[in-house]
Parts: sequence; structure tokens; C-alpha cells
Amino acid sequence: MTNENQTHEVVGSVLVVGGGIAGIQASLDLAEQGYRVYLAESKSAIGGHMAQLDKTFPTNDCAMCTLSPKLVDTGRHLNIELLLDTEVLGVKGEVGNFSATLRRKPRYIDVDKCIGCGLCVPVCPITLPDPFNEDLSQRKAISILYPQAVPNAYFIDKLGIAPCRAACPAGQRAQGYIALIAEGRYKEAFRVIKEDNPFPSVCGRTCHHPCEGHCTRALVDESVGIMSLKRFVVDYTLAYGREKVDPAPRTRPEWVAVVGAGPAGLTAAHDLAKMGYGVTVFEALPVAGGMMRVGIPAHRLPKGVLQQDIDDILALGVVLKTNSPIENPQQLLKEGYNAVCLATGISTRDHSLGLEGEDAEGVISAATFLRKINLGEPITVGERVAVIGGGITALDAAAVIRRLGAKEVFLALDRPRGELPAYHWEVAAVEAEGIQLLEHTTATKILTENGVVSGIEFARTAKGMFVDEKGRRRPKIEPGSEFIIELDTVIGTVGQQSDLTYLHPHFEDLTGDKQTLASEIPGLFVVGGRKTGASYIIEAVALGHRVAKSIDRYLQGEPLNQVEEMPPVLKFTREEMAQRLESGEIQLQPKFEPALLPMEERVTSFREVVLGLTEQQARAEAQRCLQCGLCAECLACVEACGMDAIDHNMVEKVEELQVGAVILAPGYQAYHAELSQEFGLGRYPNVVTSLQLERLLNASGPTSGHIQRPSDGRTPKKIAFLQCIGSRDQTHDYCSAICCMSATKEAILIRDHNPDTEVQVFMMDARAFSKGYEGYYRRAKQEYGVQYTRCRISSLKEDPDTKSLIVRYMPEFGMETTSSSTAPNSPPQMLEETFDLVVLSVGMEISPETRQLGENLGIELDDFGFCHTIEFMPVETSRPGIYAVGPFREPKDIPESIIDASAAASLAGVYLSSARGSLSRAVQYPPERDIYEETPRVGVFVCHCGSNIAGYLDVEAVTAAASELPHVVHADHLLYACSQDSTSVIQSRIEEHELNRVVVASCTPLTHASLFQDCLKRAGLNEHLLAMANIRNHCSWVHSDNQKIATQKANDLVRMAVGRVVSLEPLYKEMVPVQQSALVIGGGPAGMTAALTLADQGFPVHLVEREDALGGSLRTTYFAIPEFDTKGPKEVLDDLTTKIAENPRITCHLQCELTKTAGFAGNFNSTFRNNNGEVFEIEHGVTILATGGREYQGPEYGYGSHPRILTQSELETLLASETGLPTLSPPPEIDFGTVNQTIMIQCVGPAEEYCARTCCITALKNALLLKSEKPDCQVIVLYRDIRTYGFYERLYKDAREKGVIFLRYDERHRPQVLHGEDESLQIKVVDPTLQIPLTFEPDLLVLSMPLVPSEGNHSLATKLKVPVDHDGWFLEAHVKLRPVEFASDGIFLAGIAHYPKMLDESIVQAQAAASRAATILSYPERQAGGAIAKVDPGACVGCLTCVRVCPFEIPRIDTQVQGVGGIWGAAYIEPSVCQGCGTCVAACPAEAIELLHYRHNQVEYQVFSLFEDPVTGPPRKR
Amino acid sequence: MNLTTDAPIQIVAFCCRYCAYAAADLAGVLRLTYPPDIRIVQIPCTGRLDTLEVLHALEFGADAVMVAGCLEGDCHFQRGNIEARTRVERIKEILSQIGLEAARVEMFNMSSAMGKQFAEAAQEFAERIASLGPSPLRDSTYEIKAEFEM
Repeated sequence: MTNENQTHEVVGSVLVVGGGIAGIQASLDLAEQGYRVYLAESKSAIGGHMAQLDKTFPTNDCAMCTLSPKLVDTGRHLNIELLLDTEVLGVKGEVGNFSATLRRKPRYIDVDKCIGCGLCVPVCPITLPDPFNEDLSQRKAISILYPQAVPNAYFIDKLGIAPCRAACPAGQRAQGYIALIAEGRYKEAFRVIKEDNPFPSVCGRTCHHPCEGHCTRALVDESVGIMSLKRFVVDYTLAYGREKVDPAPRTRPEWVAVVGAGPAGLTAAHDLAKMGYGVTVFEALPVAGGMMRVGIPAHRLPKGVLQQDIDDILALGVVLKTNSPIENPQQLLKEGYNAVCLATGISTRDHSLGLEGEDAEGVISAATFLRKINLGEPITVGERVAVIGGGITALDAAAVIRRLGAKEVFLALDRPRGELPAYHWEVAAVEAEGIQLLEHTTATKILTENGVVSGIEFARTAKGMFVDEKGRRRPKIEPGSEFIIELDTVIGTVGQQSDLTYLHPHFEDLTGDKQTLASEIPGLFVVGGRKTGASYIIEAVALGHRVAKSIDRYLQGEPLNQVEEMPPVLKFTREEMAQRLESGEIQLQPKFEPALLPMEERVTSFREVVLGLTEQQARAEAQRCLQCGLCAECLACVEACGMDAIDHNMVEKVEELQVGAVILAPGYQAYHAELSQEFGLGRYPNVVTSLQLERLLNASGPTSGHIQRPSDGRTPKKIAFLQCIGSRDQTHDYCSAICCMSATKEAILIRDHNPDTEVQVFMMDARAFSKGYEGYYRRAKQEYGVQYTRCRISSLKEDPDTKSLIVRYMPEFGMETTSSSTAPNSPPQMLEETFDLVVLSVGMEISPETRQLGENLGIELDDFGFCHTIEFMPVETSRPGIYAVGPFREPKDIPESIIDASAAASLAGVYLSSARGSLSRAVQYPPERDIYEETPRVGVFVCHCGSNIAGYLDVEAVTAAASELPHVVHADHLLYACSQDSTSVIQSRIEEHELNRVVVASCTPLTHASLFQDCLKRAGLNEHLLAMANIRNHCSWVHSDNQKIATQKANDLVRMAVGRVVSLEPLYKEMVPVQQSALVIGGGPAGMTAALTLADQGFPVHLVEREDALGGSLRTTYFAIPEFDTKGPKEVLDDLTTKIAENPRITCHLQCELTKTAGFAGNFNSTFRNNNGEVFEIEHGVTILATGGREYQGPEYGYGSHPRILTQSELETLLASETGLPTLSPPPEIDFGTVNQTIMIQCVGPAEEYCARTCCITALKNALLLKSEKPDCQVIVLYRDIRTYGFYERLYKDAREKGVIFLRYDERHRPQVLHGEDESLQIKVVDPTLQIPLTFEPDLLVLSMPLVPSEGNHSLATKLKVPVDHDGWFLEAHVKLRPVEFASDGIFLAGIAHYPKMLDESIVQAQAAASRAATILSYPERQAGGAIAKVDPGACVGCLTCVRVCPFEIPRIDTQVQGVGGIWGAAYIEPSVCQGCGTCVAACPAEAIELLHYRHNQVEYQVFSLFEDPVTGPPRKR
Repeated sequence: MNLTTDAPIQIVAFCCRYCAYAAADLAGVLRLTYPPDIRIVQIPCTGRLDTLEVLHALEFGADAVMVAGCLEGDCHFQRGNIEARTRVERIKEILSQIGLEAARVEMFNMSSAMGKQFAEAAQEFAERIASLGPSPLRDSTYEIKAEFEM
């Protein structure tokens, strides 16, 4: 176990997986012990399930109040590195030296830059259900996990690239602009389109829209009309004022020449100009636009629309030279262009149709035809025209020639119309215009007469293609299907190709690299040419982007070939969509199609045929988008973010990390109760889970803490809780341990909120098994009137009219029911009751991700995915050095998870102690300036917080006002005061202006004070010379409606802060030496484990035991729990005893008792007396109290009055002696052979008031032992509730299977024990179900006596000055979050001294106590002082008020100090333990105590300055 | 010079650092609005606030004082808020005795998650004080201060 045998180098760091409360606790413990901690959390913030809770049982503490300080501590701890959005893929190596592989998921937001201002949220168009609120409310795709999240940084929920974007060659963020259209934000939508595509006007009209072909919506009904939507935005912005484009700033000296003003060339020019280069575009034609201009007819793309896009590009500063053919691109390089891009695209040459007769007069290529038309060149066409080809160009040419007056136009398509790369309505429109479509038809020859076209021979196409002698692919034809049509004009469309033949022949073979587009000539890039040509405009745009990027890299001297990682592309299956359709998440909605120009106007003009969507249609169409990627990538957040924190191009990364140990705290997932369909979750809106209710109860939840029915928002008047949903059922053989108490808590809170609301809990047993739980449960029943009904319901239905729930159940006989249907003494019958709301108390499960984690790490898991840990080493997994804590190993509540976490930290410390401190970090600050003699020189820094403050109040005015205040020598305003450059500004201003006080007017000191304090320290100032004015959270954000008033209030707050800061003084913490050894009181299993754990970490330990041997309760325990434990108690004891004997660092003091202890954390001095009366002293830094408990032996149920009435421990001794085991005390004198019927009674004596936790399990253990010893023996357990929590539920199941009989008794009808003179026992009990009195005459009556506190607990408590609760158990500092420590620093507790518990629970708690103790022992000295209370003895009258009022019992009267009038005896407050609340200060009648940093005058200056200028004198006399 | 005499109402709110101050922060995070009359002063625990500090706030010119701590039973320092409540009750008595409305000082309890409740409390308290009108001590503040400075 110790690290002495390790040969490899030990790494002084630990990986903690899971940022819930357990992971947080483990991290803090380890970091405080000098290890470096990596805390990996798969979500975007730490906090886990606890952050979701409203209150915690049994104290009703606000979960966030107790958690939040821990979150902040974790977030800013120098030695804890938060790895958010991170999953652990695997761990190699062995303990001391592991290599962990991590997957860092992209968050798309830089956590270090994000200040959590939330400006991005309102602009995000994507709304999603909020999982933090259990889907009861909505959030945006850019979001923060919860308002108090640590780190206080946003994340973007993006699954990957939407299929539409992936399909687009230019990567157009279609989902982005569609989401904005759906919100009516058209101008922003236009911005998004332009982000990827400088030709929105063109692509909104003529694109071949591969996006729509990949649209997920097509799997539901029809794809979203993406192209129509784009066109809508273009038209809208054109109509309502397209924003003027400003020239792009020239930031780079280089010039680039682009040859060719087509889509590729102009896109490249656009991009390069925006990058800051000078760009000249050379175009051979008289107009720019390339094929867009000359290849597309006006009725499809109006020229003005295209010109708009071109003008925008030119407006950036791009120089266009038309009529400028270039033959020698190298010449351009010589002329001074630093790079040249050839983007000449499609050749203007006509290609051969490959048909006989194609050279005849009257045959023209479609490209030439359209170009001539578009350039207004003269052209003659006939009256009977055939267009050959199946592309868009063919459709265009046919439509144009029809408009030119051709009488008959034939369009020969070699494929069916459905396969055209055009919308079906585009084809239909052409047909409607009178063009005759010849489908499945191909031309076989052109007929001529005298060199002039006279007709075409067509043939029907057959299936398949063949390659002709010229190498062209041609459709096969049906033999004999030839027919002839007489014609005078033939327009042929053939595949167009790009080529570079226009260049000087020298460049004939010029090609560009397929990826980088660079040619062999440096600086010359080629778009087009033989290999890289584009077929569609959007492809050309994509090439333009690519070449621009390449040219930029070339000019910047970067490698051209850079692989850019891309997020995954999303793909959904038809099945997934069908499911979403079925669940109602998606509704069927056909596509909105644009209207077309009336027919009569079409063929007579070149007006645009497609009219575009109306605004209403466009928004409706946009709302059809399924938001595949969640985040739409509209980049609105990027525009809104003032911190430049958003990066949509982040990709997943895999990293390796060296650590010495791994702690797994992945937590649980709530059972998906939708799977238990009978309970209606997901179907009935008013059935919610316990976690959902938790959010409904929470003040910062979706309903601000008002409990409302999801169906109608009404306050429910009757609420039912159904327990054990996903626990103790057919598929879960364990108890989830927390649900009974959490339901009780929620029930209490409901009654607190609405006293009129009735609450009924349907349960099997009330498992209130831990400290304070039984009392809490009783209060719920008695004070809050919560009704508990013992049954599982038989059915649940919804009333369709009211949406209320009808619960059918069989009540327990005699229970009080609200309906009066059961008459007394009639047999129970099924009841039906209606509830407004039903809460399912969902159990704990292990998520598939956690299971995967376990598998990846190669640790043993059980069938449910819970982690197997080693027997009596409760947090050790099957792999040394990897620990499992919290519900991952068994369902458990918060304090037990925290105990686990500390225990794991302790065990990791045992392995890593040789490397303690090796990787921890510390900051070196310059020596501090002495400012005592200086007059105040205050610097005020006012933060804009982007627009968070400056948007709502006048920051400049506040700064100006501050500069006028007395003592203020410098005032400035900063864009983001917390940014790194701003803190350096503050630092240098402190030095420059010799400031000795600083006021930062920004946000809340709770999160930011430490940052600015650090800044002061770096500038050589004491960090306490800072005051903050919270002008954001308390001003700009809450008074955003009135700038004048907000500014005035900010002025007030700044003035108050100046008033305070002037009165502040430097504060110091002093270092107090630490005695690095421990005292453990109590030598039972807990004390022994604690001693060993600390000794193994290298600390000397004194172990003190009252008895003459170590072992405590283990000495009188003889049996392991059957089928649960394999190791017997003796083995455990022997093991511990041997290890302690062998450990040189442990000194045992047997038969000794503590008589006195003095001192404080780090420096205790205790006195002991042994049984010989000898007295000795021990110096120690910490104390661990592990004094155990004892079995109660009261007179209840006739104990002591009859030889056959035993306690469980006496029964165990009897069983031990029967099996031949030696026993410590003599066994009861009972002839075991005569024992047949045995009755056990649970909840005896004090256990009626508090649940002693272990009695049920002990009874079941002994019942099973009896059964195995004597299978015929009848065992009857009389119980109130069987509290076999967690996996002990299996013991209960086992006992029932083995024939143990369980009979419940009502606490109002306790069993009666009678015994006559004949020594026979008689037990009478009433069966609560049947209400029948039963009488037994057993051979043995075993009383499950509870554990009670050890004798002497009270006197020990007085000596140590630690509290005990009203049952006599030692009381921990905080029931939830500090379960192993006392409020007084340096004293810890473990084992049964705290509360009855099972052996493994004592062990783990002892390890946890050792961990907390090690946080003190790990350093030779510790800090004391700071903002603590200080007594002025000269003013103290020794009245004891402070002693009485201090919640921590810290002040004492020091008889060595003189008080008022020189009388000996004045109050003394030990600086190293004072908690700094100031309660004594306010209570002291003599005003002899001051709380440093909150002195009377410091508080009053701040208040006074609200009304007057800050002054230096005291504002009042005291 | 009295800097804020033209302000209709001035309320000083002493908020404990662990709960009420955090709740006020959360009200901001949630972008809730409440009247601007409230100036928050952070103290470690309401148990730290002494009677004179509250009375002096009124003397200096505050129209009212809000004392806001953790929920009862939930005090970060165990029972500082209980001490504070007793003290506030005592202050109310003193105010009544000197002829000032006891309603000008009030104790509030809230958890750090209760941002909305903070805003509501601020709203209600500000409305209450607005209906009471400015503190009668405002006019006499000069005299009182003069007296103290003698």
C-alpha cells in the first residue's frame, strides 16, 4: 500500500473525472494537500446534479448556497485545472504513472475569454429545451449551464455541420440564415449568406441547390426550400435597403491580379480584398459576371440583381478592368502583381455535338446563343426550333427562343423530367409556356438541305449508355424508334468545359494543383483548366474561396497544403425522423412554393418568371427547418460578442495527460421513467420526475419557485409521489437510497410554498436511515401533514379533460384516507383518487457514457454498470490507483459521496505522497509596499463590460464624477476590466500614479475580487486595499430601463466604494507552524483505518484506545454478511492489527483516556491518563475522533427478564459458539437445538426515535445465518420499515427467498411480549394489512437493539469543545458538505462516533477524515489571520458576551491579559480558528471587538459616503 | 454638501455575503428590475451588523434600511441571521420610541438562489418606503452631524 516499493517515477498529479460535488471535493482535498489536479467534466461547467437541487435534506439548506462557495474555490484554485467538455477515453500505465487519453469536445467558446455577460443569448435564433431545468423550459443554442455556473462561461450546443451546409460546395451556412428568417431577421440573414457567398442574388435564383437534396426534412416530407428562402432575403434586403458596403481596409501591401470576372474570379477578388490585399480583376468581355452574366437569361436572373452583387464586391475596393484579355499571366507578375489568379472558367469555344450535320446553318450552341442574346448581339432564329440536351441551359435556351417568337419549340431530353437538375415546377413552367418536351429522346442526326438545317432524326433512348468512337458517353437507343421532326433551327447544349487555350501557347499545359490550385509557376494560381473546372456557379464560388485562401498563404509565406479539420457532418436516418414525427416533435408541413408570373406575361417578355416567396411564406418555410446541427452557425453571437471569445471552427481534440492516480466521480443519471410506460411520463404532461419537481421548486428554476402544472400552469392542490420508480423493481434489484428522503424534502417544500396543497407519498418502506432522517420524516408527517401510504399503486390514468391523474391503489388497512369509502373493519378495497400532479421519484442509474468510461478504463463493473470496489476498501476499483466514488459505486446521497471523495483523495495521497508538492504551483509576488504613512491615493477603474454596463449607463460620466472625488488621483474606464490587458493597465497605473487604494467599478466581488486582488499584489500593494462597486449586477442590469438613474446610482456606488477604500488598511495572514502529526482517539476499525491512512502518507500518528486491545466493535462481530462479504470480521481485524503493528509511524496507547486538550488546528496539546494513573502529553496538529458506539441494552420488550430474549449481538455470539468460533464474552445459555421459531423485533428503544441504520441489516444477516444453520427454523421479523438501502436491498430479497417471514407492525400497535410462569414466551402483534391480532410462542425472541453513542461522549465533547446532537452523536460541521469535520478547525470525526454505520462505511469515513486532516498536516505551517475578529483588551470588561454568542465557541477569557481598569482577564480570539462572521463584534457591549476589513468605521464610511463626499475623519463618535 | 438630496428615496441594504448579496447578484444575472433606490453594502454576515450602524445610516440620511441575510436555519455562520433578526426587532422598538416608523427597518431572509425574491423584496420595500415618504431625519441631518462633529 505504501509507495516504498515503487520503482517508477511518481507523478504528483491526479485526474478527477466528474465535476459533481464528489469530484469537486476530491479535487479540493488533493489540491490542498499539495497535488496538482485535473478535473475533467463532460459538461460545460462543474456542479453536477447538486446544482440542480433546490434544498437539501434533512436541514433544508439551499443547495446552491452551500455549493456555490465550493464551486468558486474549485474554479479559482491555483492547483486545480478544469478540463471542461472533456471525456476520458482511456488510461494506460500503472499507479503513480498513468497516461490518460482525453477527448476535448469543442465548446466553440474560449472559456478564458468569455466573461459570461450573455450578450450573445438574445441574438441566438435557436431555441432548445433546457436540460438543466429537466426540459421544463427553453434555452438558446448558445447558453450557460446555469446562472451561477463555474466557470461562468457560455457554450454552444452544436452537433456538427448540418447536411445542407456540408452539401454546399461553398459551405453556405443555410441553417443559419434560415433560422434568422424564421425570426424575421432578414438583414442579418443576408449577412450570413454573404459570409460564405458573395453572389446571394445569383444563387438564390439559379443554383442547382445540392443543399436541398441533402436536407433532412426530405426524410419527413419535402426538403426545405432553401434556394427560395435565399432569394427571399435578397429581394427583401434589396427592397428595404441593402446595406452599403464600405471599402475594405488595406492592411497588406501586396497586389493580386485576377483574370476573369466570373463567379470564381470575383469571389477570389472579394475574399482577397477583405483580407486587405489590393486586387485588380481583368475581364475579356465588356461586362463582368462571366457565365452568370452571359449564360443565364434575364427571365431567370435579372441583370440588375447580379449587378448588385458585383457592385458590392467592387465597393470593397476591387479594381475591375473589362475588355482586357490576358494572354500572358507571367507578364502580370513582372508588372508588379505579387500573385495572379487565372479564373477564366468556361471556354467560349463551341464544342462539337458529335452529330452528323452539326455544321449546317441553323445549328447553334446554347452557350453562344445565350451569350449573344445577353450581350445584345444580333442573332436570327427560325420558327421551328429544337433544343437538344437535358440541363438547365437547355431549359433556358428553349424558354428564350420561345420568348423570341419561335412558333414551335421542342426540347429533347435524354432522361425523364424528374432527373433534371431543375425544380419540377421549373420544368412544368417551360412546358406550360408551350414548349414540347420529348422525354427519353435523343438526336441521332441533323438533317440538312443545302447546308441548311431541315430537321432532326430522333430516337427513343433505351436503358444504359455506351461510349462512341469519339469517346463520348451516349445513351443507347431503342432500335426502330427513330422519327423525324422538321425544323429550321437547332440549339445544341453539350457539356461545357473550361480550358486555357486563350492563353499564349506557351501556357498550354498550365495546370493548377487540385487542392491548392497553385501552378508550377510561383505566384500563379489556376482556377479552371483541364482538371479544376467548375460545372455550377456555387462550385465556382467555392473554388474562388479556395484560391483566395491559397494565395493568402502563398503571400504570407505559409505552407499551401494545410489540412483543415472540420466538425462531423450530421446525418439522420429515416427511422430517427419517423420517431420524431411520431413523438409529435415534428409536424408534417408541405413546402411553400413560390408563385409564378402569369402565363400571358411570360412568353411575351423577359420578366422574371419565378416571383419569390411572400414574407409570410418565407417565415413559415423557414420554420420547417429541423435545425439539424442545433446551432445554426448564423454567427450572430460572433457579432454580439465583445470579447472575441467565439470560434465556430473549433474541432474536437485528443490529448494525453500524465497523472499519478485517477478518481472516478462520474455520478448517476436519473432513471428514464419514460421506459416505465405505466406511469405516463412523457405522455401525461402532469406527470413529472422528482428532478423536474426540484427545478419547479427552485427559485431560479423555470417557474421561479412556483409549483405549477406543466399542462396549464395552475397551482396543484393535490400531489402524489410515487416512490421506487426505477428502484426495487423487476429490473432494478437495488434501492436508490435517496428517493424517500428527497420525496420527503420535496413534500415539505411543497407544503411550505402552498400550505393548502395536499401531498400523498405512495411507498413501500420509508427509508429514513441516516442521521436526522427519521426526525425529518416524522416532521413531514406530523408538522407538515404529508401523508404516506404503504403500497405500490395499481394503475395511473389521465383524465383527458382536466389532465389530472387518477391513481388506483389498495390502501393499507386502517390508514386514514381522504375518501371515506372504507368503513372500519371492512376488508380493504381498491381506491381511486385524483391528483393534480404526480411526481415520480426516479432512482439512480449509471449512464451508458459512464459504463463506457468504466469499460475504457478496464475496471470491473456490475450488471447495472456500478463500479465494483474491493471488499472493505470501498473506493478502490479492481485497478490499483483508480478509485471510484459517489453513486458510481452504489446509490448514495451527498454527504456519503463527499466522504467517498475525501477517502479516495486520501488513498491517492498514500501512493503519491513522495511526489507531494512536486507539481503544485505558486505565484511569486513582488515585496509589498508599506503604505501606512501615505495619504490615500485612490485609483478608480470603471468597467464598460462591453455593453453590459456601458449600454445602460454613462461610463464616461461615472469616471468623470469619480475623478472629482477626494483622494482620487486617477480615474479611468476600461472596456473589460477583467481582461488580461486591462489588469496590466491597472497594475501599471498603480505604479505610475503611486496609488495606494484601488476601486474597481464593475461586476460582483464574489467572483471577481480575487482577480483584482491578484492585480494589486502584482503591483506591490496589499490585496485588501481594494473595494469594488458592483455597478453591473446591482445597477446596469437591474436598471436597464433608465440610463440617467442608473448612471446616478453608479456614481453613488462608486462614491461609497471610495469611502470604503479610503478607510481600508493592509491585512496580513501570519504563518503559524504546524505540528505534522495526528492524534486518533478510538482504536476501533474507524480509528485504526484513519491512523493507518495518515501513517501511510508519512505522518506520525498517536492512536489512543480506552480498552486493552484494538478492534472495537470488530472484536465482537463474528460473521460476515452471507453472500455479501467474503472476508470475515476477524480477517479484517487481523489485517488492520498487523498493519498497525508493523507501521513504525503509529504509536498505540492502550487503556488510556483523554483528560485535557488545548490549542488549535496545527498546534494541539493533549493530556492523557492510563489505567495506572500515569499522565502524559502529546503534541499534535490534528485530532480524529473515532470513539464508536455500543449496543443498546434497555428493558424494552422484556429484555433481561427472560433467558430466551436476546439482543442481536447475543444471538451472533450464540451462533458463533455453536459453530465453534471462540467468543470474547460467553454465549447465552440456550440449547440451540431447541430453537425453532425465532422472532425478531426491529426498532427497539431509542431506535423508535432515530433510525440506527444498521439494525435491519444485522437482523437480516442473523436471520440468514440462522436459516443456514437450521434451515427448518422459522424466522419472523416484526418491523416498521425494512431499511435495506442501496445494494443491501439484495439482502432483503435473499432473506425473503430463503423463507424469512416479514410482518409489519404499526408504531401505534407495538408487539406485546408476555411470558408466564412456565417460561414460555408469547408475542402478540396486529397484522396491519388484515387488522388481525396474531399470537406467537417463539423459542427465541431477538431484539434488534440499536447502536447508541459511547459512554463518555459528552465529557469528551466538553474536553474537545465539539458539539453532540440531542441523541448524543457527535455533530459534524455541516450535515451535507462537511460530514467528517467539526466546525472547530483541526478536529475530525469518523465511524460510529458520528452515527451508526456498517463496517465499510466506517472505513471509508475514516479514510475521508484522514484526507481532511492531511490538508492541514501536509504543510509545515499554515496561514492564520486575515479578515478575523480582534479584541482590544484595553476596552474589554470580560463580560463573556462574545464567549456566549460565538457560533464556533472560539472567544475565551484569557486570564493572562489585562482588561478595562487593569483587571486581569480579557477576551481572546485565536486568529487561526476565527471564522470571521463578526457576530461577537456586533454583540460586544463595550465595542471592544473589531472585525478586520469590516471595522465599524469601514462599514460606516461606505454608508456615509452615499450622502456626503468620502472624508478622512471618522463619520461619527462611538 | 448633500449629494443626493434630490433623490426621492435612499435605502441602504446591508446584505450578507453568502446569501443575500449573491441573491442580488443573481437578480442582475436574470435581468430582473427593481426600483433604483437601493444601495447595497456587503457585510460578511448579518450577525456582524450592530444596532448603531443601522441607526447611523438613518441619521446620515437614509430613508430606510434593509437587512438581508440567509434563510433562517441556513446561516453560513450558523446563527448570525438569528442574532440580526433580534437586533432588527430592537431597532424597530427604538425607532418607535423616538417617533420614527418602525417599518423603515426590515429584516429579510433569502437564499443565494432567490434572485427573484430579492428583486421582489426590493420592490415591495421600496414601495413601502415611498408610501412613507422621505425620512423626517433628512432635514435634521445637518444638525445631527454638527452635533456629532462638535
